[in-house]
Amino acid sequence: MALLEIEKLSLSIGRVPILKAVDLSIGAGETMGLVGESGSGKSMTALTLMQLLPAAAKATGRVTFDGIDILAAPEAAMCRLRGNDIGMVFQEPMTALNPVKTIGEQVAEGIRWHTGASRADAEASARRMLDRVGLPEAKFPLTRYPHQLSGGQRQRVVIAIACALKPKLLVADEPTTALDVVLQKQILDLLRGLVAEDRMGLLLISHDLAVVTDMAERITVLRHGEVMEEGETAPTLAAQVHPYTRQLAEASMHVPARPNRHAAHAAGDNLLEVDAVVRDYPGRRRSLFSPAEKFRAVDHVSFSMKPGQSVALVGRSGCGKSTLARMILALDRPTGGDIRFRGTSLTAKSEAELKPFRRNMQVVFQDPYGSFNPRHTVERLVAEPLHLLDRQPSPAERRERVAEALHEVGLRQPDMDKYPHEFSGGQRQRISIARAIITRPKLVVADEPVSALDVSIRAQVLDLFAELNQKLGVAYLFITHDLTVARAITDEVMVMHDGRIVETGRTDAVLDDPQSDAAKDLVAAAPDLKRAIRRRMVEQG
Amino acid sequence: MIAFLAKRLSVGLVTLIVASVVVFAVLEVLPGDPAQLMLGMNATDEAVATLREQMGLDQPLLVRYASWIGGLLTGDFGRSFTYSSPVLDLIAERAVVSLPLALIALAMSTAIAIPVGLFAAARRGKAADTVTMGAAQIGVAVPNFWFALILIYVFAVWLRLVPSGGFPGWEAGVWPGIKALLMPAVALALPQAAILSRVTRSALLEVLGEDYIRTARAKGMPRRHVLWRHALRNAMIPVLTILGLQFAFLLAGTIIIENVFYLPGLGRLVFQAITQRDLIVVEGVVMLLVASVILVNIVVDICYALVDPRLRSNA
Amino acid sequence: MSAEPITPAASEGSFLSAALSNRSFVAGLIITGLIAAMAIVSFVWTPYDITRLEVANRMQGLSWEHPFGTDHFGRDILTMIMIGSRNSIAVAIVAVGIGMGIGVPLGAWAAARGGLVDEALMRFNDLVFAFPALLSAVLITAIFGPGAINAIIAIGIFNIPVFARVARAGALAIWPREYILAARAAGKGKARITIEHILPNVASMLLVQGTIQFALGILAEAGLSYVGLGAQPPAPSWGRMLFDAQTRMMVAPHLALFPGFAIVVTVLGLNLLGDGLRDVLDPRLRRER
Repeated sequence: MALLEIEKLSLSIGRVPILKAVDLSIGAGETMGLVGESGSGKSMTALTLMQLLPAAAKATGRVTFDGIDILAAPEAAMCRLRGNDIGMVFQEPMTALNPVKTIGEQVAEGIRWHTGASRADAEASARRMLDRVGLPEAKFPLTRYPHQLSGGQRQRVVIAIACALKPKLLVADEPTTALDVVLQKQILDLLRGLVAEDRMGLLLISHDLAVVTDMAERITVLRHGEVMEEGETAPTLAAQVHPYTRQLAEASMHVPARPNRHAAHAAGDNLLEVDAVVRDYPGRRRSLFSPAEKFRAVDHVSFSMKPGQSVALVGRSGCGKSTLARMILALDRPTGGDIRFRGTSLTAKSEAELKPFRRNMQVVFQDPYGSFNPRHTVERLVAEPLHLLDRQPSPAERRERVAEALHEVGLRQPDMDKYPHEFSGGQRQRISIARAIITRPKLVVADEPVSALDVSIRAQVLDLFAELNQKLGVAYLFITHDLTVARAITDEVMVMHDGRIVETGRTDAVLDDPQSDAAKDLVAAAPDLKRAIRRRMVEQG
Repeated sequence: MIAFLAKRLSVGLVTLIVASVVVFAVLEVLPGDPAQLMLGMNATDEAVATLREQMGLDQPLLVRYASWIGGLLTGDFGRSFTYSSPVLDLIAERAVVSLPLALIALAMSTAIAIPVGLFAAARRGKAADTVTMGAAQIGVAVPNFWFALILIYVFAVWLRLVPSGGFPGWEAGVWPGIKALLMPAVALALPQAAILSRVTRSALLEVLGEDYIRTARAKGMPRRHVLWRHALRNAMIPVLTILGLQFAFLLAGTIIIENVFYLPGLGRLVFQAITQRDLIVVEGVVMLLVASVILVNIVVDICYALVDPRLRSNA
Repeated sequence: MSAEPITPAASEGSFLSAALSNRSFVAGLIITGLIAAMAIVSFVWTPYDITRLEVANRMQGLSWEHPFGTDHFGRDILTMIMIGSRNSIAVAIVAVGIGMGIGVPLGAWAAARGGLVDEALMRFNDLVFAFPALLSAVLITAIFGPGAINAIIAIGIFNIPVFARVARAGALAIWPREYILAARAAGKGKARITIEHILPNVASMLLVQGTIQFALGILAEAGLSYVGLGAQPPAPSWGRMLFDAQTRMMVAPHLALFPGFAIVVTVLGLNLLGDGLRDVLDPRLRRER
């Protein structure tokens, strides 16, 4: 009998249906991947089997775990199950730990609660568990608080809490989505190891097909609360019988068409020159009397870009790539070095003097929700950079230009009177792009522009970027930690590590044959669907 | 932690110094010559001049400020002319009424509010929550001096359980003293308890929505355990903030409440001193109250640091 | 799963429907509306003439002629409460106006500039908060003489740091948002960004704080009048009426009842309104419902 058996599970919150007749089963020691885009109901499935749903949720159907009927189980019985037989790992490590309790207390708490062990015994097993997840006592004593740990380390603590009592089933809900690729690989390797050693079943929830393929023996594809397809990972993804599965797989590997690559024959003057740029931040003071230590976010970075060129700046989170981007956009001033745009230095210019440069240099951000003032209409949002023109357009001209920009990004004219919350994430990113191109800039800096989007939407937005590059000849500086994005859309890539650029070159060349350690790490860690399917095929025949 | 304390203390000290300048300057612009007021309208000019000299009013501003501050630091608060006794004695005599009153009220308010807040948060959306929070909503709207009048009517006039006002002095014994302060303390405390219980409840509910609460629940901790062990400590930060503010409010609230109950406390002292233009007394009492508010805020900051380890490491 | 964050109501329609389905908001609106109506009506009509003293009719109990009774001069209590409401409301409105008018620009400025300006504002706040508000109000009215105007100033001064703090905290939360960076990339200066992006987005917090301070203002005014430092007789005020009632508590306890009720109901209405507004305007809370 399967460890977990979900039959005809339907769930609604208030009157909104979330899940419709979901079937799913996991055997002991088996890893099941649950894949779907945002809103597909993946997380709600996990919360249902933990019985941690919001109060307004109503579930029908059958969920049987280890012979126990979960939907009918009283709260006390669920408390005995949670943390003991089912452990759960969450998406956001930065907020998943109680900030006022030490990591030792938080790991030991569940152990004491479930086993009735003494404080000393519970602490001893907490210490062993933290050691197993890669937080050895010597460097990470039990008395550490969460704020003293990095995101990856915190996720290790969360995993230690979930696995402390060797549960029969581990539920991991997007456990690596908030981490960069290198950390993602480390955490996935850790999970794989723990699951194998303790013979745990694993329900791995992810939007990333490559991650799931890499980890799971079987896969369930969820869409709008319904199971689209279920089966062994390799055959399912190789055959792609279900159209939605095919759509997902294709979107994950999508490379936009860009027939004429400007970079190849772009000659003449540089559009942008970054010359030995340094940015220091004041660090924390060690004591009252010693001066604050400086933290060097960007360390003597130099590079140049030609007009129309598409360049990727890749690196792990915290490597200084966003700081560099802000300095290029003149939103932050370098501590040292020079940034020249079309031959003119920007670093010492006043806001008024920067106006003509800003017109030619725009930005697209990562978060399609946070990048708009929620109280402004799309017209007003998209028109904002028109402020940079020497001659302010009349209201009619303004509307015309906004309509044109919206048309270019695939939105319709009536959209300009709506508010941002009326659009989906992908549409918002289109609005963001419309805002960036309305002044016909020569350079657009895009800071992780597709990493918050679902794969199918991501493919469409990448296509849009490629198309605009072809049509308008705009140069891109793409900041990303996702190598598939870099590969899809850029000609050149720069790898950044600890504030320095450690490798540059043609995108294919660098990604296929990385030279520096930092680049090798990134390439090795990047999930690759084709590679993952090939490996699974070998394993599963 | 040391750096954190040092920073708080120095900020508090600077605030106190600036406050002393403000108090001094404000009272300087007070209309009416104290010497003239003290001697009455038909005093001779010479008599007024002599008194001014005695009081040091003929000295330049800066000198007077310096000598006042110097006095405060050495425990010499000056001498009241209307009471003909040292200000410090006057303050000490009155503080034994006001301070216990404020402290009893603060203790009452905390002792009522935090359990009520926990109770309501644990029963969120249920009838018990609605009823307690409805009562708290009304409690917040009740002016404490009106509540005091009602208490006097019910317990002193009607039931005749307690005296309607006055203070027998601690010489008469601890119990009669406390009995006289009980009703004023309740009048001060209940409206504050209503505010604090609402803050406690909403802080708890906010914390209960955090990710780490879900982590604790996923560990198998029952709701009640999570509320006490995980939520309460995190919710203490806004509660402490309000407690700090309430202390200042209660101190000032004693001014009015002491008037309602005819209690010989600091509030009544400052009130009378203002009407009699006995500046030195006003200055002394105000500085004392300001200093105690600053001190309480430092204590609150230290409590923050005890509750939240993040504050301990970045001063 | 990234749930779609619910953004603040963008159009009038959705705000109104959300507001009207919020019980606290509706109750608060009705109570506040009634009190405001009472104050307005008192300008054109009151049951009795406030200046007419009928000593023969003094300290009467409740009756059809005088629903709330009469005071020690024989004045009609209902009439006095109606006229007193004008005083309370006027003091609170102007005090909130002073607080907002000075505090909000200060807070927004400090958030935009940061550094020394910000530090100076925070220290100024510390300083004002170190003076118990009521004590200082007593001092101010004592210096400049008792009266409604000085009560307003005294209460208003203590509203300044409150609004400065709320505006600053709200603005600091919005400055790092990406749409502010986008606006800066569009060449907009700090002042313009503050007006176009920051203030509209902290307006709801300020509105909620405004209702709270309004309620506190009514309480503070009543307290000052009670100790004789607010509006001066013969102008009726709720706090003063309570003071007059206290000495006559043995004979006519009802004198203390109705002015107190008037204060409680007004403050309750404003607090309900504020709570309701907060729920309606705070998208995070609305999502929970």
